[in-house]
Amino acid sequence: MSDLEKYTAGSATNIVRPIADPGLEPHRERMTDKSEHHARNAERQVSAMFIISMIGAVIAVWGFFAFPIVEGDLSATRNNTFWMGIGMALSLLGIGFGAVHWAKTLMPDNEVSEERHTARSTDEARAQAIEIVKLADGESGFSRRKLIRRTLYGALAFFPIPAVVIFGDLGPVVGDTLKRTMWAPGTRLTRDPTGIPIKASEVTIGSVFHVIPEGLSELEEHKLEEKAKAAVLLVRVNPGDLKEDPAKASWSYDGIVAYSKICTHVGCPVALYEQHTHHLLCPCHQSTFDLADHCKVIFGPAARPLPQLPITVDDEGYLVAQSDFLEPVGPSFWDMRK
Amino acid sequence: MSSTTEPKTALGKAANYIDERLTVGTVLKNFGRKVFPDHWSFMLGEVAMYSFVILIISGTFLTFFFQPSMAHTYYDGSYAPLKGAEMTVAYASSLDISFDIRGGLLMRQIHHWAALVFMAAAGLHMLRVFFTGAFRKPRELNWVVGFLLFILGMAAGFTGYSLPDDLLSGNGLRIIDGMIKGVPVIGPAISSGLFGGEFPGTEVIARLYSLHIMIIPALIIALLAFHLMMVIVHKHTHYPGPGRSDANVVGYPLMPVYVAKAGGFFFLVFGVIAAISATFTINPIWNYGPYDPSPVSAGTQPDWYIGWLDGALRLAPGHLDIAIFGYVIPMGVMLPIIVSLVFLALVAAYPFIEAWVTGDKREHHVLDRPRNAPTRTAIGAAGVVFYAILWAAASTDLIAIFFQMSLNHVLVAMQILLILGPVMAYWITKRTCLALQRKDREIVLHGRETGRVVRLPHGEYIEVHEPVDKYELWKLVDFKDYEPIMPRPNKDGKITIGTKIRAVLSRIYFEDRIAPVSKAEYEIAHADHSPAIEEQPKRKPKALKSKR
Amino acid sequence: MDWFVPSDLRVEIKMESQLNQKPMRRRPWALGVVIFLGLILSGGGYAAATQTYQAEFGSPEQISEGRKLFLANCASCHGTNGEGAIGGPSVIGVGAASVDFQVGTGRMPGQASGPQLYKKPVQFTEEQILAMAAYVASLAPGPAIPAEEFLRTDGDVTHGGELFRINCAMCHNAVGAGGALTEGKFAPGLQGVSEKHIYEAMVTGPQNMPVFSDANLTPEDKKDIISYLKYVEDFESVGGYELGSIGPVAEGLFTWIFGIGFIIAITVWLGAKAN
Repeated sequence: MSDLEKYTAGSATNIVRPIADPGLEPHRERMTDKSEHHARNAERQVSAMFIISMIGAVIAVWGFFAFPIVEGDLSATRNNTFWMGIGMALSLLGIGFGAVHWAKTLMPDNEVSEERHTARSTDEARAQAIEIVKLADGESGFSRRKLIRRTLYGALAFFPIPAVVIFGDLGPVVGDTLKRTMWAPGTRLTRDPTGIPIKASEVTIGSVFHVIPEGLSELEEHKLEEKAKAAVLLVRVNPGDLKEDPAKASWSYDGIVAYSKICTHVGCPVALYEQHTHHLLCPCHQSTFDLADHCKVIFGPAARPLPQLPITVDDEGYLVAQSDFLEPVGPSFWDMRK
Repeated sequence: MSSTTEPKTALGKAANYIDERLTVGTVLKNFGRKVFPDHWSFMLGEVAMYSFVILIISGTFLTFFFQPSMAHTYYDGSYAPLKGAEMTVAYASSLDISFDIRGGLLMRQIHHWAALVFMAAAGLHMLRVFFTGAFRKPRELNWVVGFLLFILGMAAGFTGYSLPDDLLSGNGLRIIDGMIKGVPVIGPAISSGLFGGEFPGTEVIARLYSLHIMIIPALIIALLAFHLMMVIVHKHTHYPGPGRSDANVVGYPLMPVYVAKAGGFFFLVFGVIAAISATFTINPIWNYGPYDPSPVSAGTQPDWYIGWLDGALRLAPGHLDIAIFGYVIPMGVMLPIIVSLVFLALVAAYPFIEAWVTGDKREHHVLDRPRNAPTRTAIGAAGVVFYAILWAAASTDLIAIFFQMSLNHVLVAMQILLILGPVMAYWITKRTCLALQRKDREIVLHGRETGRVVRLPHGEYIEVHEPVDKYELWKLVDFKDYEPIMPRPNKDGKITIGTKIRAVLSRIYFEDRIAPVSKAEYEIAHADHSPAIEEQPKRKPKALKSKR
Repeated sequence: MDWFVPSDLRVEIKMESQLNQKPMRRRPWALGVVIFLGLILSGGGYAAATQTYQAEFGSPEQISEGRKLFLANCASCHGTNGEGAIGGPSVIGVGAASVDFQVGTGRMPGQASGPQLYKKPVQFTEEQILAMAAYVASLAPGPAIPAEEFLRTDGDVTHGGELFRINCAMCHNAVGAGGALTEGKFAPGLQGVSEKHIYEAMVTGPQNMPVFSDANLTPEDKKDIISYLKYVEDFESVGGYELGSIGPVAEGLFTWIFGIGFIIAITVWLGAKAN
């Protein structure tokens, strides 16, 4: 304890214990210590488990060969997963239970005590270490030669910079791509995933269409990137139910409204539409938007309404966009308003 | 010591060969009989380590078949409802591993179950270390290393969860993207750097793959080695008890008992995970379909260890966005990030905070029974409740369905509980600990209640108390006790703010305390009592012990 | 039963009554036999029921029988002429499919007031349900009870799966395990729901579910979706027991309760001294 007492005990109190430490409890003999018969039994149990382990390994190998993959028949996959897994489990558990049972019953269970030493080096060792450091410092002139030391610090500070810069091409510089989508004046609203355009007359009250811009399915590149921004939900409600801002009244068509499907919280698709309450719920974090009231947030962690896509109808009666969204879709980000 | 004997057997020759080159003889001499204390709660860290080994074994198998590419392809495997569907190569190869490679699904399930067990065991191990005070000097740095391992485990888990590129993991990535984008100033640039442009891009799976199979495991292995090295340097802690002190370690020798137990335990952990993997489906990626930014499945949740972060996202209040000169700081994202970072920082810093409050600079190798450190235990309980509420909040939708409640009510209740729960947990736990300490004192001073009621000659009825034996008694009295620190002026005669804060914290910690029974108290209590009330134990001490 | 009832309805009746007797999953051959019998019995082809909107069906007797049932069981909420009243919306124009769905799944007549109607044991016989359906269909045109050809499960499951994920999975979960909506409402699980009721739900949009009219999802599309749902319902998971298909939350709970539970039991055994 003397080692330990070198250090302050802080606010610890010093209490004299009622009795002195009685020392380790006396060892209690196990059945296997007392009788050779029990020891023999334990030995048999341990080897039985090792034998089970071997059988398990055989089962696992059998499972592999017995159930070759057959095209179109998934029972083979099911069977070899099950049998190989069970075989492996038996094989592993057999070894594990065997070894532990062996240790518990047949190996000595006398507790032994070992001395500890403090983590701190001895004063002597410390003094020697300091001596070595001083010697090295003197020999190298690290403290003495300030110019070398300072330029070394500089070099060490500079050399990692290229290692950071070299990752500059991980991604392109962010332009205003986050603020634009594929929607443009006259782009037809089409069904997701087929790309078939939608006529206004097909959208009955209470209907909901999952919409992508025309031409998205044919994109060779960046299809998912565009879809991740351009996905839209199209709903027709009774025009009387809409609480429309006069400035945005022309954005809907006869009760048909289109809103971005990408949640303004962290970007999950918001598509749980309730026909009668006109609520839109995000399944990821439960932000709720009131579709009848320009998708204002009425519950949950989102802060911005879902952006509305202004729509109208073309000469053939198909729904088309009047323009792109007038604000960025999806999660809010630092310079979204710039 | 006579001269080295010349080895004769093959084994002896081999040992000689190795030892002449690697000095293993000395290593074995030094470590072969190292003592390890035995207690079930000391095995939790081992469970985590073994799960990690299982993860490496099963993960290596998976790398032979998995293709981390986001190139487009059309599925042509065994699962009918996806035949001909357009998807990425990563998803198609994950499906092939599941359906068309023998043992592939088993290995995927072992890998995934092992990951969940790994994190659960690591978390329990941290709780064990916390509640027993095993993080105290000299182990504070090892606590920090363990903390970093837990964070790396979360990172390993999340990167792995994302690799199959199914609808579930894709939406998980989308959430991460949304969170990153919300970070002020650098958010959009970091998102672009991670995804190689706009979300989802064609790069992220390959990048996460590098992180998942190389960088994160390498860091985990390095820190794990450091973690274990420190355990060897410090030697393991042990629970208080007779013969156990800060100057020794009591347990079983490494060879043979501990090797057999710990070695066998690896097989047991692996065996349990293999049995679960053979019989229970995990992450049926075929159910979710390929990632597409438009659909989402109800019940989109992360794996359990990321759940608390998802819960934090759900509980964040909306409408708090801040705009500065037209720049936006989305608090629906930043608040959860800040709260979880603060929580993690407190967890990492706790050993240093407590050491500062107690001012105790001694080494501690005997653990605290949680009741004997009521404030720490209460703080731990509050932290656990805080974490658990966030975690439960990640399943608000499922809670609402299963208990037929309103989703909105569940969420609001969780928001309230997030604040109230930890306070209640703190109070209840602290009072419970103090009550248990009082009970311990009672047992030391007056013995254990036997339930036997006797009538004394003068007519009084009294319950007979049996004194505990000396081993049990020692366990009940051997713990450390701290007093609140008074703020004292320094050399300049001023009481600094630091001193004041420390005094306040110290008072919170130790104002309510139950000191261990002192020799004087013990003697007074025993002098008082007539022999009729206290009898000598009739049963053996063992029987008493098992009764507890 | 009146022989004016379109043939495909007769088939349905038989299937339903069979389902009521045996809650077991129908076998494909049984379905074939039923269809065959149905065709022989009726001796006719498919009637106008293949059209989505149908002015009316059923004989005048059936309609008057339906009206009686309606007045006795439904009118207190839905009005004596189906025009709606306090506690119930108008049923004019909801169609036979809506009646068949709501009454056929036991949701109607509604019991306790709450955020949403629950499935209950069915209160009426098939004939009674059809009579009420005929009466409601006679009030105004509405979605009809679907034709048998769109209820078969031999559709394109890949296409059905894709449509299901885009249009349905956000509420009903990717394999139809169900999910929560706002204020205590929920999208029910779809396992064990008959093909006909799934179809009827799509065309009528019961409660807060939106409508998926034939202009949105064609009858073929609906058939593909139903085929997909029945595929995943019958799919015996290759990886073992499925834990309800509700995703990572169930997996996490399982890990904590059973995985960690077993392992801790082993550690306790391992740390305990042997006798």
